[in-house]
Amino acid sequence: MNEPIIEFKNFTFQYRAQKKPTLVDINLRIFKGEKILIAGPSGSGKSTLSSCLNGLIPFNNPGKIEGELLISGKKPDSVFGLSKIIGTVLQDTDGQFVGLSSGEDIAFLLENLAMPQEEMKERVLNAAGLVGALDYLKHSPQRLSGGQKQRVSMAGVLVDEAPILLFDEPLAALDPLTGKLATALIDDIQKKTGATIIIIEHRLEDVLYRHIDRVILFDNGRIISDSSPDEITVSNQLAAIGIRRPLYINALSKAGVNKSPKDKPGQLETLNLTEEDKAKVRNWVASSPLAPRDDVMREAYPLLQIKNLGFTYPETGLKALENINFSLANGEMTAIVGANGAGKSTLAKLIVGFEKEESGEIFYRGESMEGLTIPERAERIGYVMQNPNQMICKPLIFDEIALGLRVRGIPEPEIKDRVEAVLKVCGLERFIKWPISALSYGQKKRVTIADALVLEPQILILDEPTAGQDYRHYTDIMEFLTSLNRRGVTVLLITHDMHLCLEYAKRALVFGAGQLLLDSPTDEILSDPELALKASLRETSLYELARLCGISDAKTLVRAYLDNKTNL
Amino acid sequence: MVIKMFGYVPRNSPIHRLTGASKLIMTLALSVATMITFDTRFLVFAIIVSLVLFRISKLRLKELKGPLIFILVFLFINNIVIFLFAPEQGVFIYGSRHELFHLSTRYSIIAEQLFYQLNVTLKYFAIVPVALIFFLTTEPSEFASSLNAIRINYKAAYAVSLSLRYIPDVQRAYREISQAQQARGVDISKKAPLRRRLAGVLTILFPLVFSSMDKIEQISNAMELRGFGRLGKRTWYSARRFMKGDYIIIGLSGLAVLISLLTFLVNGGRFYNPF
Repeated sequence: MNEPIIEFKNFTFQYRAQKKPTLVDINLRIFKGEKILIAGPSGSGKSTLSSCLNGLIPFNNPGKIEGELLISGKKPDSVFGLSKIIGTVLQDTDGQFVGLSSGEDIAFLLENLAMPQEEMKERVLNAAGLVGALDYLKHSPQRLSGGQKQRVSMAGVLVDEAPILLFDEPLAALDPLTGKLATALIDDIQKKTGATIIIIEHRLEDVLYRHIDRVILFDNGRIISDSSPDEITVSNQLAAIGIRRPLYINALSKAGVNKSPKDKPGQLETLNLTEEDKAKVRNWVASSPLAPRDDVMREAYPLLQIKNLGFTYPETGLKALENINFSLANGEMTAIVGANGAGKSTLAKLIVGFEKEESGEIFYRGESMEGLTIPERAERIGYVMQNPNQMICKPLIFDEIALGLRVRGIPEPEIKDRVEAVLKVCGLERFIKWPISALSYGQKKRVTIADALVLEPQILILDEPTAGQDYRHYTDIMEFLTSLNRRGVTVLLITHDMHLCLEYAKRALVFGAGQLLLDSPTDEILSDPELALKASLRETSLYELARLCGISDAKTLVRAYLDNKTNL
Repeated sequence: MVIKMFGYVPRNSPIHRLTGASKLIMTLALSVATMITFDTRFLVFAIIVSLVLFRISKLRLKELKGPLIFILVFLFINNIVIFLFAPEQGVFIYGSRHELFHLSTRYSIIAEQLFYQLNVTLKYFAIVPVALIFFLTTEPSEFASSLNAIRINYKAAYAVSLSLRYIPDVQRAYREISQAQQARGVDISKKAPLRRRLAGVLTILFPLVFSSMDKIEQISNAMELRGFGRLGKRTWYSARRFMKGDYIIIGLSGLAVLISLLTFLVNGGRFYNPF
């Protein structure tokens, strides 16, 4: 084989502020034209590795390096020098647009190379053509959909024709359907340009949807495995470090079917299923008792009732919501799904009173909420924003959670009791005297949930509670919400996450273009490609597995899967 | 959701079609021209020119309501302060004293003083429309390239245009955070006493600063990864070539400065004296 284009030799890196190295003794060779997936839980060192590749480490974020890193046979000299060889597509596309129009943004790299305008325009057209972004070169990147933004940011890197492309969690901000398209797009780019591709991602199944040469698994700063997708999907290593195995692999092992790497389990399309395997799956589905449904209570005793709700943005005159009707019973855990801009967040804002409805009414326990102020509504319905850093405003945990009570003039001894009780519920009692800055992202999320809970609301609305979380933290947060739900808190989740819908919410409200398109049990949506498409979700691999095994009603397999839920 | 703010107004007008650089030069030239002279005739002429430009730019008055009110209030205060601290400035300048009313031992309404303050006011009315036209008809990215065109370092120019670009983002974040804090019961409305309102605003600024810091680090990394700052110069994708209109406007701006200088000769100084 030819020379490696990237080579780590006994590479160790330690951040200045850290006591221990974040990357330990890395040995890794990546060859020209390879397509590599680097996976691992949060804090495993995979993002640090990506910063080493594009030069942000050590040039912008210094630390101690041992061993050697060679890129194209040379030691990295600067961020700029590396940017000629490695193009980086960063995770959050919103945070990196600098151009006023998509075309200008794509050209940014060339502008900085002081390329003459004529040549620049031609290169921009080529790059935009490669990713299919020609139609919106003149549009502002901020106004594009999630998938379009991703295309523009990819074109902005491709424009310089770097031989290595580094994708840092490319799927994190995308809904499942768009994520699937993005995976396909990366694959196409590689076929057209022959570039070496490195994808850093923890959503394993979504990346493996297209061919990958090697999967490098990280945990605790070390490489723990370097193998093919076929080997890794059936190994026990994924579960051990908290990475989600593909759903179809989990379903198969629940049904007692265990495949080996030679059956090509890396992709469902290539997986070799024998007739015996299929029969096992069918038997498993047939023998699973189906849990009874409990959607009768909802209409009789609604906790929250939305009637003919409508809203138009005053600034733009755009209709955000139109004639929305549904109700929520006490103790439900329901998901609100739909593409970006479908009206999901607007609905939440109307319920908690941040925006005023244009038409229709919202009832809480049968009484209209019209005339209730935002703080009054907060005592009935708690709202947790997506980004905890946007909510937390006190340096100490106790003060942070006590804030809502203090401004309400509640006596200090009672505040102490209530804050302590909430901290216990949220599993934060150990941290009562801690500064917020010492907490992890997931713990901060819990603090913001505690902020809302301390006012003792009946309903909790959470905006993308698991966004950007790896499987372990995702499970933590969701199990916590389930425990709250069991205590009687009604939970409304605004989300893109298919697994969340499937595993935790029984019911989904699907929004599209300002309308409530569908109100249905989640297992039905996720086992029906057409319904899933409407929700900008996609059918899970369980649907395809059911088809392969000759099960006509995919829903039964999905339900069998959920009822046999053990953490894998 | 778009939050309305003071900024670029896209429209198709001859002024919009001018390059940012020539508009910047025009604004600077007219400012200099009206700054240096107190010749009332020239100032009135400059006001007419800037109103004509405003008309050509197809901007609407309500689009500048915010800054206009701010400037008018400022102008009003400015006038009061001049009167309070230098009630006889006009007498000193024009060398005569025509008293109209007597107010107190220190203060009188004097024709010369009124005339002087009228000139100050006229200056505002001559410069403000031109400056507003520049801001409102220049795309933020051209804004940067036009600063760069008059030899301002492109990094500094880009920093200015980026901060203008991110104002709406910061406003949106402020609004979201303030809503979340209101839900917890923090009152920043006019109903609350001043001290509580200030405390409330602090609970919004804390998360706003921290979440903005994250964003700043992110964008500066993203820019550097795409080679920003690598070379001493850069080119501009959206830069436009100078057209006939640009040369005309720069020529006229030069002429305005020249006329303004001529008034010095005619008046024998900065002031035109009718008394």
